[in-house]
Amino acid sequence: MKACLLEATAIEKSFGENAVLRGIDLALSAGETLSLMGPSGCGKTTVLRMIVGLIKPDRGKITLFGREMTHPEDDESTIDLKRRIGIVFQGGALFDSLNVGENVAFPLRYCLGLTDEGEIERRVFEVLEQVELPGTESLMPAELSGGMKKRIAIARALVHEPDILLLDEPTTGLDPQTARHIDRLVSEIGKRRNLGILAVTHDLVTAIGISDTILLMDRGKISWRGTPEEWKTSEDPNVRKFATGLRPVRAGRTVCP
Amino acid sequence: MEIFRWLGKIAIGFFETLGFFSLFLLKSARGIFRGKWSRTDLSKQLERVGVSSIFVVSITSAFTGMVMAVQTIDQFVRFGATNYIGGVIGLSMVRGMSPVLTGLVVTGRVGAAMAAEISSMRITEQLDALQAFGLDDVAFVGSPRLVAGLVMLPLLTIYSFVIGIGGGYLFVVTRGIHSVTFLKSLEALLEPSDIFGGLLKAAFFGIIISTTACAEGFRAGNGAIGVGEATTRAVVWSNMLILAFNYILSTILFGGIR
Ligand SMILES: Nc1ncnc2c1ncn2[C@@H]1O[C@H](COP(=O)(O)OP(=O)(O)OP(=O)(O)O)[C@@H](O)[C@H]1O
Ligand SMILES: [Mg+2]
Repeated sequence: MKACLLEATAIEKSFGENAVLRGIDLALSAGETLSLMGPSGCGKTTVLRMIVGLIKPDRGKITLFGREMTHPEDDESTIDLKRRIGIVFQGGALFDSLNVGENVAFPLRYCLGLTDEGEIERRVFEVLEQVELPGTESLMPAELSGGMKKRIAIARALVHEPDILLLDEPTTGLDPQTARHIDRLVSEIGKRRNLGILAVTHDLVTAIGISDTILLMDRGKISWRGTPEEWKTSEDPNVRKFATGLRPVRAGRTVCP
Repeated sequence: MEIFRWLGKIAIGFFETLGFFSLFLLKSARGIFRGKWSRTDLSKQLERVGVSSIFVVSITSAFTGMVMAVQTIDQFVRFGATNYIGGVIGLSMVRGMSPVLTGLVVTGRVGAAMAAEISSMRITEQLDALQAFGLDDVAFVGSPRLVAGLVMLPLLTIYSFVIGIGGGYLFVVTRGIHSVTFLKSLEALLEPSDIFGGLLKAAFFGIIISTTACAEGFRAGNGAIGVGEATTRAVVWSNMLILAFNYILSTILFGGIR
């Protein structure tokens, strides 16, 4: 039995009248990759934000590294646990005022407390190599393309060698080639470092390509879960609706909704 | 009946905002000692507050000092009180004009930019990213800016004393009043406590500027529109609080406003 890194049980959350999550259960162990899929606005980002303590669940509990997160912000030891998580936000969330090098060095300085500039430089260099953007240290975030931003954000999430990687739509809005590149990168690094990865995505190719298990969210619950193989052959109506996502528009033509 | 509900709503909003600012100030003040923030960021903020406002502070202070001289010189001459003119210009600059002008100018120049910067950090999840790294976002962003305001406003105000009084001096001298007369009266009327009071006001205004800018930035929402709204609110509140505190502090420090 592999170590369970993250466990969410019966999570519920409403924003006012809007009941977004109505009982989410998921568990992530080391070396495992989960994809969380679902229609836009179904609460996928909310799940990730809850795991890092930005939002508190109304009900249910979140366990990180075997410890229940009750007061996510107050306690020093829970902060240390949070530092073992790397997160890539939907928009990248790179710090505009810092260049790429300082962005990537950020977790080293503030999560690990490194002060040795030589070591910081070396580790930034290494991780930028890994995301195949070496030599970009001095660029500002505003000078990067969308795909570069995503990859820098991934580098920043990985540089302090966390145990869990959370990805919010790592490939959305990118061309297929860059998207596949990011997929490959994520699964390679995941394998090499034995990471637990939870990826939120709309991109079926990503989900099938990188994950061990796919979770499909529908109306605040996880309505289906299974392997990519099972996904392909599943008869579940939600899965089919999401997977094919095709409806005829004109005779002989189909478009994605 | 409607009007009372409307007024009530405004009053509640007013006190809510004041409460929110106070809480934010408390948190960022605590963050100075207890939180993690970056020294490089502090030096950036110090430079930003100081350097970006110095030109505007020079212009406004010089003109204000000169206008004061222009508007009062005839009265001083008529009542044969030219020995007092330097002191009176000096007192009004030091006790009130310099800190207030500097405060208002820095609000427009730096407070607005800070509010825009932080609210865009809010809507692009940069503040969330800080928290996700296990940092206290209020301390990380708010504390260095609070220190920068607290340190730079008094310094800029000293600079404004010099420029403002210098402006008045130049005008007065061109109107045939001897420079020794001007300087002597300055020396005679201006007490160290006046300078201290002026600087204390400036420190308050520095706190007000940083706090309103950061706090409004933190509670921004609503996408790009939110950035504009936060900026406007920060500027309006900062100016309002500066003027109100100028009154309050004058009453306490100088026993009445001049
Ligand atoms: N802070 C908030 N306040 C109020 N409502 C919110 C908040 N955050 C999210 N919501 C609501 O929760 C729902 C889920 O949002 P969420 O961002 O988690 O969706 P998502 O599944 O990530 O969508 P997408 O795929 O488009 O990114 C939405 O209806 C949104 O309006
Ligand atoms: Mg989302």
